[in-house]
Amino acid sequence: MKKIFAVLAVFLSLSLTACQTSSMNKVMETDSSQVQMRQIQSRAFSTTNRKGTLRTIIATLQDLGFVIDKADDELGTVSGTKLDGYSLRMTVTVRPRGKTQTLVRANATYNVTPVSDPQPYQQFFAALEKAMFLTAQEVD
Amino acid sequence: MLYKLHTIALLIYSVFIVSACVQTIPKDALQLSQESMQLRQLQTRAFSTNNEKKLLVAGAGVLQDLGYNIDESETQLGVIVGSKDRDATEAGQVAAAVLVAALGGGAMPIDKNQKIRASIVTRPSGKKQTNLRITLQRVVWNTQGQISKTQSIEDPLIYQEFFSKLSNAVFLEAQEI
Repeated sequence: MKKIFAVLAVFLSLSLTACQTSSMNKVMETDSSQVQMRQIQSRAFSTTNRKGTLRTIIATLQDLGFVIDKADDELGTVSGTKLDGYSLRMTVTVRPRGKTQTLVRANATYNVTPVSDPQPYQQFFAALEKAMFLTAQEVD
Repeated sequence: MLYKLHTIALLIYSVFIVSACVQTIPKDALQLSQESMQLRQLQTRAFSTNNEKKLLVAGAGVLQDLGYNIDESETQLGVIVGSKDRDATEAGQVAAAVLVAALGGGAMPIDKNQKIRASIVTRPSGKKQTNLRITLQRVVWNTQGQISKTQSIEDPLIYQEFFSKLSNAVFLEAQEI
């Protein structure tokens, strides 16, 4: 019994330190593998209509219950926040990919945690696909 | 026996700590639902004009009439964002807090301030029509400065009122989509 107690105590202190060593290290922190995150968060659409894509992204965010925070046509970025007992922030960026495609990248923050689970991004791009009338292609 | 209790307490505590560390997004947070289509109808009206800018300006005007400050705008994409800070005290909560205090329950936090945010988005639809959608949300803080509510505003009456003000401002009828 004493052993279990000791192991648990160690586990507890470890889990506590795993939570936060110094909060400053969050500034340049990245999630899992950067390449992997980029893949989860990006899709390519076969269109060169940048403004149309941006407007469709804004409409999709509204459909999903977001209030838009910011939009910039020149930069090609849109940010929005959804409040539903939690706060979910998303930034979506658009840029040309080759001569025939547009790359859309989304990243989400749930309260104070970056979202690295692929599923919410899949859901977002599924909604965007429907509104774009185009298929979202995964990119490497 | 004492060790057992300690172990159980530690187990519960460590599970709590670990779960507190990992916050996960709800499964349906980015899922389109039946409800999202109903909300779209509630929050959108079609106007018989191809003058998107004029409609957007009118939208900004109505927001100002309602006491919102404009935080962001991007006319190239038809976006205006506004917000206002207001009192959030509710009589019912005050009464409950007074009752709790009278019964010796101490000071119960009640809602104090709120920030209401609005985003207006216009979008041309066909050659002679422009759609306008407004979405609203609010954050409420209590008397201890903690956030007590974060929610989307989904009351149909609020949206009806906004659109009736807007159609008066643009001299155009707001049609449901």
